[in-house]
Amino acid sequence: MTATALAEAAAETPAAAAAGPPRRRRRWVFHAVMAPLTLIWVAPMLFVVVLALRSFDDISQNGTSAWPRSLTLDGFRTALGAGSMGRAMWTSIQVTVPAVVLSLLLASMAAYALSRYAVPGRRAILLTMLAGNLLPPQILLIPVARITESLGVYDTLVGLVAIHVGFGLGFYTFVLHGFMRSIPAELTEAARIDGAGPVQIYARIIMPLCRPSLAALAALATTWIFNDLIWSITVLRTEAKLPVTAALLNLQGGYVSNWNVVAAASIVAAVPTAIVFFAFQRHFVSGLLMGSGK
Amino acid sequence: MTTLPAPRTRRRAGVPPVVWLFLLVPAVIEIAMVFWPALNSFYLSLTKWNGLGAAQPVGLDNYRELFADGVFRGALRNNVIWAVGFGGLSVLGGLALALALNRPRRGVGLYRSAIYLPMVFSLAVTGLFWRVQYQPDGTVNTLLGAVGLSGWERQWLADPNTALYAVLVAAVWRQVGYVMVLYLAGLKGTDPTLDDAAATDGASGWQRFRFVIWPQLRGVNTVVFAVTVIDSLRTFDIVWAMTQGGPYHSSELLSTYMFQQGFTFLNLGYASAIAVLIFALALIFIITYLVRATRDEVET
Repeated sequence: MTATALAEAAAETPAAAAAGPPRRRRRWVFHAVMAPLTLIWVAPMLFVVVLALRSFDDISQNGTSAWPRSLTLDGFRTALGAGSMGRAMWTSIQVTVPAVVLSLLLASMAAYALSRYAVPGRRAILLTMLAGNLLPPQILLIPVARITESLGVYDTLVGLVAIHVGFGLGFYTFVLHGFMRSIPAELTEAARIDGAGPVQIYARIIMPLCRPSLAALAALATTWIFNDLIWSITVLRTEAKLPVTAALLNLQGGYVSNWNVVAAASIVAAVPTAIVFFAFQRHFVSGLLMGSGK
Repeated sequence: MTTLPAPRTRRRAGVPPVVWLFLLVPAVIEIAMVFWPALNSFYLSLTKWNGLGAAQPVGLDNYRELFADGVFRGALRNNVIWAVGFGGLSVLGGLALALALNRPRRGVGLYRSAIYLPMVFSLAVTGLFWRVQYQPDGTVNTLLGAVGLSGWERQWLADPNTALYAVLVAAVWRQVGYVMVLYLAGLKGTDPTLDDAAATDGASGWQRFRFVIWPQLRGVNTVVFAVTVIDSLRTFDIVWAMTQGGPYHSSELLSTYMFQQGFTFLNLGYASAIAVLIFALALIFIITYLVRATRDEVET
């Protein structure tokens, strides 16, 4: 199909090759388009950073988009202190770290069982688990609120961690399963002959080999869980217990015209995931691709 | 499973108990936190319930009420606009950028990073970033004024005619990088010699894209399509952060309306019915994604 299309395409413009612009000009055009475009792309972020560093008086006198005439960390101070972003950050860490660790641990266990053993119906199990992760969260919200209530974990961080783990498991299992299956059988076979049991093979051979995909999934899961809003406002009620994203929206309500505080708080909420992104850029991108089934 | 012939034939007898445990613990957690709640929503959607006492079964009343509910119909229409706008713009933008940034040249890494950086921010953060720009004296209006279009200036998020689109722009800004990454991977999987051959034969840029590259991206397209539609049906955070569905429900999506009905008004049965409809709409795309996932399973 491609070959015939190619032939057609070639037949239509036999002289086009000669008309191609010289290399240097093309490079210049490329940067002339991409540089301004990239600048437009990052402009909203730069603007928020500048806004966060201005003083309240400067903003209220000159407007949000005026050239800055002040430089202060007051916005950040208020956001972290009175705006309780500092406390929310600690909450988010308390939720994200156990949720990521537990999700990956449990998912790797399930993936190990499904990929290395002849569990009956393992394909159906795997796809069902993946399907669970694709469900729209809306269909779970009300029952999850009720179930966490009946388990006595409503309005607790334990309940929030539980729903993050449960909801993410299917996807992580699917990705890890794909990776574990590619590990040659000889490796585990040799260990088995040497007398290693299933748990030892999992812990000593499979998990170390999975390190790259675990790193990628960890980067991805960290941003997902840290950035979550809907689960935290579903499971948590007490304002003091809200993690960063939910606290940010609350703060916005409380500091309506204090744009420097709102801007500073949203930067505080954005920085951790940006750090994860820059530190694990390659892992992060490969994690996204795993999600695409590529 | 082709890589495992030896263990399978020898260990046909059974799976060690500890391995069953490895599978059961995660499975039970997922059933408890995902599948059981999902089933509950189906039941709740057939009841009237305010969270206290017992739920009253009312049959299909909630669904009947929904289709007579103007706000619901508006949200449904907004969701269609959202899916088309969000999907269309982020695919166009992402694909164009992937094509532009595909071949390694100087500066490409920097451009790529800048464009997918917004993707790491939460949708709520993205919403706030853009709320600032949309303020009456914010950058959007200031820029319009600077280029002589002050007649276009408005309160973007407080105007029922523009609120939905203003939120949409912010969401697309964040999504383009993600779609670009998917397409960059897809382009890596294409055969460069075909493209070079077409170029040598004098095919124009558009012809090379249409007849050489595009047919090779079919797999990525399916994934991008499914992911985008599932994402747009799930969209909640960014609308909640920017407008909460207002003004006058003009930026209401199914998800925000469901949340309001369920958690603000405590119409739990009614909200569940909306949730079930969201699920029904998402289902076909979930199946597309799963079929694609299965195919990859078989291929590798």
